[in-house]
Amino acid sequence: MAENVMRLHYTVSDTDFAVAGEASSSVKKVLKQLGVPGEIIRKVSIAMYECEINMVIHADGGEIDVEITPEKIRMIHKDRGPGIKDIETAMQEGYSTADENVRELGFGAGMGLPNMKRYTDEMNITTVIGEGTTVDMTVYVKNK
Amino acid sequence: MKLSDVKTVLSANVLACENLLENEVHSACGSDLLSDVLAFVKDQGLLLTGLVNSQVVRTAEMMDIKAIVFVRGKKPTDDIIELAEEYGIVVFTTELPLYKACGELYLTGLGK
Ligand SMILES: Nc1ncnc2c1ncn2[C@@H]1O[C@H](COP(=O)(O)OP(=O)(O)OP(=O)(O)O)[C@@H](O)[C@H]1O
Ligand SMILES: [Mg+2]
Repeated sequence: MAENVMRLHYTVSDTDFAVAGEASSSVKKVLKQLGVPGEIIRKVSIAMYECEINMVIHADGGEIDVEITPEKIRMIHKDRGPGIKDIETAMQEGYSTADENVRELGFGAGMGLPNMKRYTDEMNITTVIGEGTTVDMTVYVKNK
Repeated sequence: MKLSDVKTVLSANVLACENLLENEVHSACGSDLLSDVLAFVKDQGLLLTGLVNSQVVRTAEMMDIKAIVFVRGKKPTDDIIELAEEYGIVVFTTELPLYKACGELYLTGLGK
């Protein structure tokens, strides 16, 4: 069986909020070129964008690895932030620890993680307090 | 509704992608919460907002939104306009506040 995987890697910096979203935007462009259906692209872009924003506002940036196959798109976001104390609570709609600065920019409604869950087919969070968080999400291109 | 009609209804200025005013939109949303836009918006052509930062443009791009209206006379900075040009998103500014701008568009039948 021929391996048919495309791999993309991005570094997310925490110093410039304005560039947050560049990785998601770039992945969106690649998927468009590959002819992936619009609905799938939308799901991947939104989930990845939310996650990328979280890496910038809640953690100190990090790395994103994307694997694209004809069957699915997997996005692994690894940050070096403070970790998440209680994942179940963090997953609830409306729960946010974002400060006033973040809210002024239009974020911090506590909708990001529930959104990611909604738009992806698989989502796993692993987190270590004081070390960082990894959010691993997969969107199926074809129905399984 | 054509984007050129949006411009007329809102007495708006066009700051990016003036060449795309012939494009049509069939619905709109007004929000100052980008996370809500990402959570609830489906196939909206137009985003009206009082927020002014580059993430408004990125959010619009992720949602395939065709045009942004910055309300209450707020002026986006050059980097915001450049980003919108890059993505092919029309940028309007209007003196109207969010509520009135949405209301005027709704009265024309947009998104009814
Ligand atoms: N990568 C992360 N590192 C540390 N904490 C995180 C991370 N991602 C999320 N959190 C925590 O989980 C909470 C909920 O995240 P979520 O994305 O749902 O909401 P938000 O980012 O606060 O607001 P929104 O996404 O609506 O802009 C955050 O407020 C934060 O406390
Ligand atoms: Mg978030």
